[in-house]
Amino acid sequence: MATRCWAEAPAFAGARAYLAAFLLAFALCLPAAAQQSLPPAPYAYRQLEDPRQEAAAQALMETLRCLKCQSQSIADSDAPMAGDMRHQVRTRIAAGEEPEAIRAWLVQRYGDYVSYAPAVSETTWPLFAVPALLVLAVLLALWRRLRLRRRA
Amino acid sequence: MIAELGLAALWLAAALAALQLVAGFLGARNPDTEMAALVRPAAVVQGLLCAFAFVMLLWLFAVTDLSVKLVATNSHSAKPPIFKLSGAWGNHEGSMLLWITVMALAGGLIAAVERRLPEKTMQATLGAQAFVGLGFYAFLLFSSNPFERLPQPAVEGLGLNPLLQDIGLAFHPPTLYFGYVGLSVAFSFAVGALLTRQVTPEFARAMRPWVLGAWVFLTLGITAGSYWAYYELGWGGWWFWDPVENASLMPWLAATALLHSASVLAARDALRAWTIMLGVVAFSMSMVGTFLVRSGILTSVHAFAVDPERGSFILVLLAIYIGGALVLFATRASSIAEGERFAATSREGALVVNNVMLCAILGVVLMGTLYPLLTEAFDVRVSVGPPYFNPVSAIFVVPMLLVMMVGPLLRWRRDRLERVKAPVALVAAILLGTLAVLLIVSTTGLLPLLGLVLAAALAVASFLPLRGRNLRRLPLAVWGMVIAHFGLAVALFGMASESAFSQEKLAAVAAGDTAEVGPWSVVLDGVHPVAGPNWTALEGQLLASYDGGDPIELDPQARSFWAPVQQTTESALATRWNGQLYAVIGNEAGAGENGARWQLRLWWKPFVTFIWYGGLLVALGGVLALLGRLFDDLKRRRVKARLAERRADEAELAAAGGRG
Repeated sequence: MATRCWAEAPAFAGARAYLAAFLLAFALCLPAAAQQSLPPAPYAYRQLEDPRQEAAAQALMETLRCLKCQSQSIADSDAPMAGDMRHQVRTRIAAGEEPEAIRAWLVQRYGDYVSYAPAVSETTWPLFAVPALLVLAVLLALWRRLRLRRRA
Repeated sequence: MIAELGLAALWLAAALAALQLVAGFLGARNPDTEMAALVRPAAVVQGLLCAFAFVMLLWLFAVTDLSVKLVATNSHSAKPPIFKLSGAWGNHEGSMLLWITVMALAGGLIAAVERRLPEKTMQATLGAQAFVGLGFYAFLLFSSNPFERLPQPAVEGLGLNPLLQDIGLAFHPPTLYFGYVGLSVAFSFAVGALLTRQVTPEFARAMRPWVLGAWVFLTLGITAGSYWAYYELGWGGWWFWDPVENASLMPWLAATALLHSASVLAARDALRAWTIMLGVVAFSMSMVGTFLVRSGILTSVHAFAVDPERGSFILVLLAIYIGGALVLFATRASSIAEGERFAATSREGALVVNNVMLCAILGVVLMGTLYPLLTEAFDVRVSVGPPYFNPVSAIFVVPMLLVMMVGPLLRWRRDRLERVKAPVALVAAILLGTLAVLLIVSTTGLLPLLGLVLAAALAVASFLPLRGRNLRRLPLAVWGMVIAHFGLAVALFGMASESAFSQEKLAAVAAGDTAEVGPWSVVLDGVHPVAGPNWTALEGQLLASYDGGDPIELDPQARSFWAPVQQTTESALATRWNGQLYAVIGNEAGAGENGARWQLRLWWKPFVTFIWYGGLLVALGGVLALLGRLFDDLKRRRVKARLAERRADEAELAAAGGRG
């Protein structure tokens, strides 16, 4: 179902438009689905009482991907699923769980895709190796260009 | 008839591009052949034909000719007139036609006015321009024809995505396209210079206005796009490291490097190969950007694999242009002498640091953008987002900004740090002072802290090059640099401040209730339905007062469009000099004690507007530099003409004297 809705999203759009269009197309495709008629989970649109806990929850939510959107975190989305995930994050933070433990739980549940902070692993090591190489390349380039000049 | 005229003009333009390509490369060998004389007129007429085709498309959209497929799929007779017009380029085919029109007009302009370079180089440049153009003509005519008719005219158009019915978005994509096209012109110059081995300061001066212009448009495009995402999406985010955003950031980074390196080449005849290389890289990045946005690969790698026609087309073009240019570069690079030498402590040295750092940042963004696409092709999905991009790019941004504070104070060629001891000490004092104050008063994270500190120091440092100079006689280009650097400090301050000091309030309120966020208290006065030309909405009336002051009325809306059916949130902003209150109204949140309650989302974002003010200042700096260079060129041209006139007069006099 979701795929068909994808195809209906407009071919041209700016960054956010893509995502929002998709979202809305998605919402459109599921008017009769049960989850649409349910009210959002309590903590989807409600902050935690403790400002420090809320800040921790917010920081975590900003690094979790809304799986039904394109390139948006769950902190930036009206999608029902993002609301549910915000609820999960807030209630777990309120229960005293560590943010990284919640991230691990979500990754276990939805896969690496859900986390915007890639961890070093078999599939992601180039993401970290390349910047390290870039640092070396920068130093080398500067050394070559600037050292040679000084001698000249 | 109108559509057919447009299509015919497009085919003619493509034919002229083919002529320009052949004649250009013949002319590059021998500028005296008869074919060479055709190159400049071909470029000019091609530009006019494309402009004609584009006007025809605008016409079709203006009158909503529903027998044309593009109009029927993207327009609607009930749409406001301005959005009917913007619909012409608010879609794939139309935007590609706009792209090629701008490119052809740019080609026509250089053909008509650029006379500084050796004619051989100009012929090769225009030939390269035609080569790039032909690829796009083929793309347009064979796989994205904007003038295609429907077998049966549609009864009504399918409308335009309501999210795109926004004045900002009407002008956002064309702005970026102007930038991309400017870089394609710079690329043509680079290829022309490489082919004829004329990598000279004159070449850099001819190319520079195009790079500057492209850079200004890219800056404006990114700034506007960021603001659009900020107010349109309803969650207050202004940069997401989304692939489409990165697609516009990468050419900007490359263009910034190219701009500075071209300045070194123009002023000092150094960094020759480097400038050419950056010209190739900058255009490559704009092609990569086009590929990412246009191919549909971002929607899903698999969707791309199912219908790869357009994407493959751009990918092949990309491979031909970039591959060809790199091969050319590899074969010719050794024949370009290195250029003038310079010491590490010199203006050139600082600019080399700038270049290298920008390239490294570009590398990080490119990696972070393409890597998830690569793994997705192997069915491994990873997400790369702000937690990756922010710290990793900061590794290179921070040293670049530090060098940027000192670089403009240094002299060309060779300098001593002792000479600029006083200003450097001042900047260092501001850095450390701000750092100390912030460490005491604030508990913000490392990156926002660094941002605030660097912004403060850079804001002061950017004006130091004016020290000891006669401000009235200062060249416009220097003003441009000062303002652009200051603009970067302003934008950086806005970004850091937004992430350090923003406050959020989510509340469910009934009419008459108050919600507090930061220094604001916001009262919900009421919620009532409103209707627009193609939407209906629920509008909340909020009375927001800052620190107990007079209340400002804000009207955020939750809109429902009906063609196509979509819902959007229209945020309402209260702008003060020191930040913005951002208000969004959401769904009904059930009944409370005082009747129906509504979801309100409120943010107080101190100094967030500085992000876009800064972007505008950077663009203004670019405009000033561009105008300064153009005036200089015109003056030089006038002086040259007058000299030539005087010489002709003298020769005539001498001849007359000889006779007499």
